[in-house]
Amino acid sequence: MANQSNFFFDFPTLPKELIRAFKKSTDAAYKTFSREYGDYIETFFNPLLKFLVFWEKLLVATPWLVIIGVVCVFAYYGTRSYKIVIGIIISFFFVGYMGMWEDMMESMGFIIVATIMAIAIGIPTGVWMSKSNRAQAVITPILDFMQTLPPFVYLIPVVMLLGIGKIPGLISVIVYAIPPMIRLTNLGIREVDREILEAADSFGATPWQKLTQVQFPLALPTIFAGVNQTIMMALAMVIIASMIGVKGLGQEVLRAITNQYFTLGMLNGLAIVILAIVFDRISQAYGKRIQKHRSGDAI
Amino acid sequence: MSSDNKIEIRKLYKIFGPNPLPLIDKVNNGMSKDQLLEEHKHVLGLSDIHLDIPNQSLQVIMGLSGSGKSTLIRHINRLIEPTSGEMMVDGQDVLTLSQNDLLDFRKNKTAMVFQKFALLPHKTVLQNVSFGLFIKKFDPLEAEKQSMHWIDRVGLLGFEHRYPQQLSGGMQQRVGLARALANDPDILLMDEAFSALDPLIRKDMQDILLELQSELKKTVVFITHDLDEALKLGDNIAILKDGSMDQEGDAVNILLSPKTEYVRKFVEDVNRSRVLKAKNIMQNSSEISKDLMNGQSMKVKGDDVIEKFIDRVVVDKPTLVEVLGEDGSAIGYLSAERLSEILRK
Repeated sequence: MANQSNFFFDFPTLPKELIRAFKKSTDAAYKTFSREYGDYIETFFNPLLKFLVFWEKLLVATPWLVIIGVVCVFAYYGTRSYKIVIGIIISFFFVGYMGMWEDMMESMGFIIVATIMAIAIGIPTGVWMSKSNRAQAVITPILDFMQTLPPFVYLIPVVMLLGIGKIPGLISVIVYAIPPMIRLTNLGIREVDREILEAADSFGATPWQKLTQVQFPLALPTIFAGVNQTIMMALAMVIIASMIGVKGLGQEVLRAITNQYFTLGMLNGLAIVILAIVFDRISQAYGKRIQKHRSGDAI
Repeated sequence: MSSDNKIEIRKLYKIFGPNPLPLIDKVNNGMSKDQLLEEHKHVLGLSDIHLDIPNQSLQVIMGLSGSGKSTLIRHINRLIEPTSGEMMVDGQDVLTLSQNDLLDFRKNKTAMVFQKFALLPHKTVLQNVSFGLFIKKFDPLEAEKQSMHWIDRVGLLGFEHRYPQQLSGGMQQRVGLARALANDPDILLMDEAFSALDPLIRKDMQDILLELQSELKKTVVFITHDLDEALKLGDNIAILKDGSMDQEGDAVNILLSPKTEYVRKFVEDVNRSRVLKAKNIMQNSSEISKDLMNGQSMKVKGDDVIEKFIDRVVVDKPTLVEVLGEDGSAIGYLSAERLSEILRK
């Protein structure tokens, strides 16, 4: 009887020793792998590191007035709204006045690089997915996995492989932020009106001409929604990535958590919100501008 | 093969489904579209289509929705692969072309106009019209020049920098027509091109097409579900039903001697006096009695439709109507009896 109740109340498990052995051997294998190839992989990512450092240095070294000016020009060109430009000036001044300028610039550089990389990898992947149902069948579950696996979990292998620093941080941010880019590129291209594609076919367009002249331009609004989401996700992840050595606003938030500095946390949190709103408004505005042909008004 | 035919369609079959080839025999042995769907889960698109389209003629393919007419026109430029058959264009079987040759064929021989226009919404009118030339890698300046010519011809000068969304339906289809013509194709494929337009605009577009055709002499394949449109435009009309050809012939042939019940129903409500021309129904002198020949006669042109002279016949009550050819000499006659026989029903 005792045996039976055990069966019903305790989930049948592998013997503890076996589980331990499994974990140990997997970890050991991975450690050997990273010891063996870690250096190569680091060398492989070296150009990326240089690119990242270039952006961070550029943003930190550029006089703050110039940065605000450039952001305002971008914002105005995208939105044509003075309200948003003035809002940006006020909030950037607030961040700088509170002594968070340099941190914000580091985070901004990080997000810019992560977004550029996510676009550079995500768009071709999305295009490939849209062209091949098999690719879609394989990639979709991978994206689901990437989006639902807690970020803390995949920080572990990245850190084991590359240690603590900018590159592992950047990689984990890209992994976290890239799914919407891929998904929405795929969706945008698949959504293109079949009759318009047929028209392109009827004129003898090659697959490349169809992609560049018809599918991609018509998918752009959806792709831009993907860019926007990718930026937002990169912003969220850049905070978590501070746990593995990414500098910037996230590091201050981490310090505030460990030391229970409420105000410090709040201020840096606000700076992140400001950064998010600025990126969001500007990228959305550009997304809308490329849809100008959809309006019925004269242009 | 006769050199007068631009397009010759032979034994063309299209059955939609995963494994259509073995089903052709069943269709040949009389299996109906419904049976095929029920028993084999395949959809019969086209069944044993034969059609000759003479060079420079306007061929109308008519049928209700589901009759396979849009499927048929897509076989001409092979947007749809047939299950079996031949599609000869200028003596070359389109269905045997390699992928590259097919692209060249589409670039140079055919151009298509679509029911829902299928314009590129992110390109301006000018860019849309020059799309085919862009695909052919034409010199951009030359492409613009040619495109502007066609934009002018369809009456859209001044709108070349607008986007399609900013134009009305009729104007959008003019862009579609200009886009097809700018490519200078031998064959113009028009898939229910005017069906989405309201009646007045549709009539305008029909007139534009006829005017352009009288000058350009393309081979036009025109799909429609509207018999009046078919009779107005077509040199020849082919009527499709459930994927098979019911009847093929010119307007007079279809109107006066419908072969099947289906065609008869179709033509029942047509206003014959608006479609039939004097020369279509005239008799020769041997069919006319001497008395009538010597009586009071009235002269009409051979190209006049009945509607154009019937009022004069009613008022003047001539004993005989004399039909004149283009040079002004009599080419035939119409007795009052003949006229009333044609117009009865």
